[in-house]
Amino acid sequence: MSQSPSVPLTTADGVPLKTSLRRAVRRSKVKAFLLVSPLLLFLGIAFVMPIVEMLWRSVDNPEVSTQLSRTVTALEGWNGDALPDEPVFAALVEDLREGQAARNLGLLSSRLNYEKSGMRSAINRTARQLRAVEPPFREALIEINDTWGELETWRLIQREATPYTLSYYLAAVDRQLTPMGEIVQVPDHLKVHVGLFWRTFWMSAVITGLTLLLGYPIAFLLTSLPLRHSNLLMILVLLPFWTSLLVRTTTWIAILQSQGVLNDVMVALGVIADEARWQMIHNKAGTIIAMTHILLPFMILPLYSVMKTIPPSYMRAARSLGGKPFLSFRRVYFPLTIPGIAAGGILVFILSIGYYITPALVGGQSGRFITNYIAYHMQTSLNWGLAAAIASILLFVVIVFYMVFNRLIGVDKVKLG
Amino acid sequence: MAVPSYATRGERIWHYVFLGICALIFLFLVGPLLIIIPLSFNAQPYFTFSEEMLRLDPAGYSLRWYEDFFTSSAWLSSIKNSFIIGIASTILATILGTVAALGLSNRHMPARGAIMALLISPMIVPLIISAAAMFFFFSKINLAQTYLGVILAHTALGIPFVVITVTATLSSFDTTLIKAAHSLGANPTRTFFRVVLPLVTPGVVSGALFAFITSFDEVVVVLFISGPAQTTMPIQMWSGIREQISPTILAVATLLVLLSMLLLTTLELLRRRSERLRGITPE
Repeated sequence: MSQSPSVPLTTADGVPLKTSLRRAVRRSKVKAFLLVSPLLLFLGIAFVMPIVEMLWRSVDNPEVSTQLSRTVTALEGWNGDALPDEPVFAALVEDLREGQAARNLGLLSSRLNYEKSGMRSAINRTARQLRAVEPPFREALIEINDTWGELETWRLIQREATPYTLSYYLAAVDRQLTPMGEIVQVPDHLKVHVGLFWRTFWMSAVITGLTLLLGYPIAFLLTSLPLRHSNLLMILVLLPFWTSLLVRTTTWIAILQSQGVLNDVMVALGVIADEARWQMIHNKAGTIIAMTHILLPFMILPLYSVMKTIPPSYMRAARSLGGKPFLSFRRVYFPLTIPGIAAGGILVFILSIGYYITPALVGGQSGRFITNYIAYHMQTSLNWGLAAAIASILLFVVIVFYMVFNRLIGVDKVKLG
Repeated sequence: MAVPSYATRGERIWHYVFLGICALIFLFLVGPLLIIIPLSFNAQPYFTFSEEMLRLDPAGYSLRWYEDFFTSSAWLSSIKNSFIIGIASTILATILGTVAALGLSNRHMPARGAIMALLISPMIVPLIISAAAMFFFFSKINLAQTYLGVILAHTALGIPFVVITVTATLSSFDTTLIKAAHSLGANPTRTFFRVVLPLVTPGVVSGALFAFITSFDEVVVVLFISGPAQTTMPIQMWSGIREQISPTILAVATLLVLLSMLLLTTLELLRRRSERLRGITPE
């Protein structure tokens, strides 16, 4: 049965087949999208908007421009060479009086104190004596606190009057702006974040390496066993995966601490003296051991799924062609497992740099990650802008690795157990 | 794994060395989980084995930490909270995730890769970042320190697991089975309940289990966005580990290990059932 090429094929009701197909595909597309849309909407509200809010907070700078609005206006056109004139001081007094009435001077003084230490006490002291202040305000304020007589203070107020700032990002990488507007490193004793970023990265790399070292033989064993046996052993891999993270961390505390199981065994065996117990926890070693254990299944599973696809005949062929065992492994088997190594490696690395619980519990001072500083700034120092900036930088790193992972392996290939 | 007949003597030795290494790694994987079980029966308030325990003296063992756990109102209310939050967020995540997976497995789905990457992202974004972000946003819209806030947050975290497992199940779903059912005279409803549902259910249930365990085990987000009223079991453990280390934690840990064994067995049975239904049997 052949149709003449000039007559288009049509469906029973006379619509050309092409149009009909296009319609069907469009209907199918719309239907698919409608099914996904409730979830997209939900994640948009419960997940994406919070992230956007956080990114916004990392540059948001409302304090000076809203709470010192009169001062900022009065400072317009000031060239920064000499102390501002009386109207600026008068505006400051008015702003501070209003802030005191609204009880929100704390936000302003903390914000300015991040940039120039001493600002908090200057503002608080001035606010306390505001009632008695009489014109001329310039002399009166400098009398209360020297800070108001410094050019730097006024330059700072002028600089921070913008609604957005990069100063949280600068602080997140241990930099600050000088009064002259140059970017310099903070004094050595205040440098914490860059060092922590690097420590997070190198310790995560070590953990990734260790999981690979331990995971590779296990994945290989699982693939070479008959399915019935490997399923049983797989349960041993999945059990830690399914056990509460806190349980796994607790158990390492019980094992590694100086009065713990491992040290007790070593002392009992006479390997170490009672007074020379190993310090394996609350330091880098604690974090590395516990996290290697926790992340090991994430390395084994992708390795296993790649190794399963390599036909065993390849190794036999290599051997029959005269390759020594190690050479055959290195030249034939190992290259075929590289996709699995990449998948497991990136996965473990991404998960590792974002870990918070385990480093916080077993890391002590020296085994802490940058995530612990996000928590510190969120809960203790209450510098939320800085916490948001550090989190945004970390998020950026994670997204870069995630995109590499997605490009190499594809998220839809991720399997769970 | 047997040694091939052509293996040299060196290879045979290496083979057994390799098996030994693997055994040690398995010990590293599972040993720590098993060691806390006897430790939780310690009669002394220590995190290590007492001499009585090593001598297998019954006096060295006791159930006092379990008693502590089951009589403490703080622990019990935290369990209740964990179950309320876990179950509610699992139901939400399973419904939203399964419906979305149905759309995603349609081959005409537009922008599939990008959408999938977005849906998986709560699993990839570090929890501390999600927690900080949710804290900022939820405080703004008055959801912080409420049950609803924690439930919504945990739903978002559980969704990737549901989406992954259900799409995996659907992608291996053989659509000719539906046609076969039709041709054998079943109407669409009957086809759905008798053919589609039994094949898809294991995937949905294991996705739901993943979502539940994610919520049940989650500390960081709850730490940031919950109030004292929503204290969950992981939070209780977290503060227990940080502040007053007592072996009650070990009793809880043991119970949780047993729970994870139970969940894992359920999953394994589900997997076998689904393989049997599809006619795939292990070699």
